Amino acid sequence: MSQTITEKILAAHAGRDTVVQGELITVRIDMALANDITAPIAIDLFEKSHIESVFDPERIALVPDHFVPNKDVRSAIQVQAMRTFARKYHIKHFFELGEMGIEHVLLPEQGLVLPGDVVIGADSHTCTYGALGAFATGVGSTDIAAAMITGKGWFKVPESIKLVYNGQVGKWVTGKDLILYTIGDIGVDGATYKAMEFTGDVINALPMADRMTMANMAIEAGAKSGIISPDQVTLDYIRPRAKRPFECYTSDPDAAYAEVRTYDVSGIEPQVAFPFLPENTRSISAVGTVPIDQVVIGSCTNGRIEDLRLAASVLNGRTIDKNVRLIIVPATPTVYRQAMAEGLLEAFLAAKGIVSPPTCGPCLGGFMGILGPGERAVATTNRNFVGRMGHPSSEVYLANPAVAAASAVLGRIGGPEELD
Amino acid sequence: MKIEGTVWKFGDNINTDVIIPAPYLVTTDMEELGKHCMEGVDAAFAEKVRPGDIIVAGKNFGCGSSREHAPMAIKGVGISCVIAEGFASIFFRNAFNMGLAIFESRGVFQVIQEGDRISVNQDTGKIMDHTNGKQFFANPIPPFMQELIEAGGLMSYVLNKRRA
Repeated sequence: MSQTITEKILAAHAGRDTVVQGELITVRIDMALANDITAPIAIDLFEKSHIESVFDPERIALVPDHFVPNKDVRSAIQVQAMRTFARKYHIKHFFELGEMGIEHVLLPEQGLVLPGDVVIGADSHTCTYGALGAFATGVGSTDIAAAMITGKGWFKVPESIKLVYNGQVGKWVTGKDLILYTIGDIGVDGATYKAMEFTGDVINALPMADRMTMANMAIEAGAKSGIISPDQVTLDYIRPRAKRPFECYTSDPDAAYAEVRTYDVSGIEPQVAFPFLPENTRSISAVGTVPIDQVVIGSCTNGRIEDLRLAASVLNGRTIDKNVRLIIVPATPTVYRQAMAEGLLEAFLAAKGIVSPPTCGPCLGGFMGILGPGERAVATTNRNFVGRMGHPSSEVYLANPAVAAASAVLGRIGGPEELD
Repeated sequence: MKIEGTVWKFGDNINTDVIIPAPYLVTTDMEELGKHCMEGVDAAFAEKVRPGDIIVAGKNFGCGSSREHAPMAIKGVGISCVIAEGFASIFFRNAFNMGLAIFESRGVFQVIQEGDRISVNQDTGKIMDHTNGKQFFANPIPPFMQELIEAGGLMSYVLNKRRA
């Protein structure tokens, strides 16, 4: 029976040869993840169950990244609960400040999620790891509590949507633009309950960082997961990092898809998603004049070293507009040190930006860059919902790091080409 | 079992950020979360709502983050169930896992109005609008989800299985 990569991974983890779309199955979990917002609920539930040990202390990752460095006493208490739990149950992958980074950049970087894995995370952007050829999906805290006991999770086998990208990628067009364009096309519920499978010549040539950005935002189309078949690019990324065996799966040529969409990317410009949904996309040339107050470059979507390099290359010695605050958030300590070694931090500071420690803070309106009433931000993050980064009357415009950096210089939303 | 209550209406794509804004995600207390339920769309919601009231919404209810604080806030403020044209995937599973009753039913949003008195029969899926006399049927709940509900949520289900 022909199967998609998603079906093959789920079947293997259910101890079966095949699975059928729509059926409910229980599968073995390779990694279960929670953060400082979602772990406390899972920990409460786990402790109430009076179970004495977790299923496997090496297959649970606890990453305090959302309100860390602790933004207030209550956030500190939530991280204390994680720390205490991690010590009590000998959780190997608890990340203390200094080793902690944004979970979806950190876990791939540390080789904790691998091709062919089933990964669940109490964070919706867990779908990021699909870029490595894993089945990875966001769940709730209760799912994590149950998985910490049983090592298993329940899923409805999703239908898949095949998205084929061909053509010539334009200058300044990144994985962020391809996924924003796609969400603009299919809508924020265009892939609900489904797996988005990204394929085509453009994907094959896409660097791992861009692939992760694309899989990361599959949830913004309502998808259960995003996935890309592993290839040489994947293996080059994984091999130096993996500390356990892994399996590479690919879809059969005649596997069944709910839908196949083909995009010729040749004419696609950098995209900007206007408030208040990621589907409200416009090409950069159609943005008009939108003055801004703040720019955030970072997050699980675009906080990798490649993103910082791109932003610094656009700034290229320029100073940002005097009415704009530029906040750069390297996603992990490794990204931070690399950016320092390459002189990127110096470039950001010279441009009158500031560099934050790794945190999810500003993306979800937690801290480290909250917007006031009526303020507008260009962000390389993933959501532009009402009040997402602060006051309900503030606005978030989603873009790639090059557009974000250019906008900081211009004082309004604009692309790098306007700087010349 | 029958749920009966007064309707509060919300539109399409009601996301978890507006159901419970991020600054309140510093507690796991359901009642406290309830005090800020829907604050992103209606700051006074928690004061207006009465125990047993019902939310009726458009498509893609609960989209966005995986925070279980969203169904917790809804339950915490006293909402008895949510009826929507459609739910986002993670919200859907969270609601079953933690025991918030939700029903998917096409066509409800156009016909049921805010303030209507409605009832839902959980066994048959029949939704009755007592204000205008119209009735609907909710999409059937898959057998596994039914088991979750009967067990009282995923944790009880898992622990029962372990004991068996």
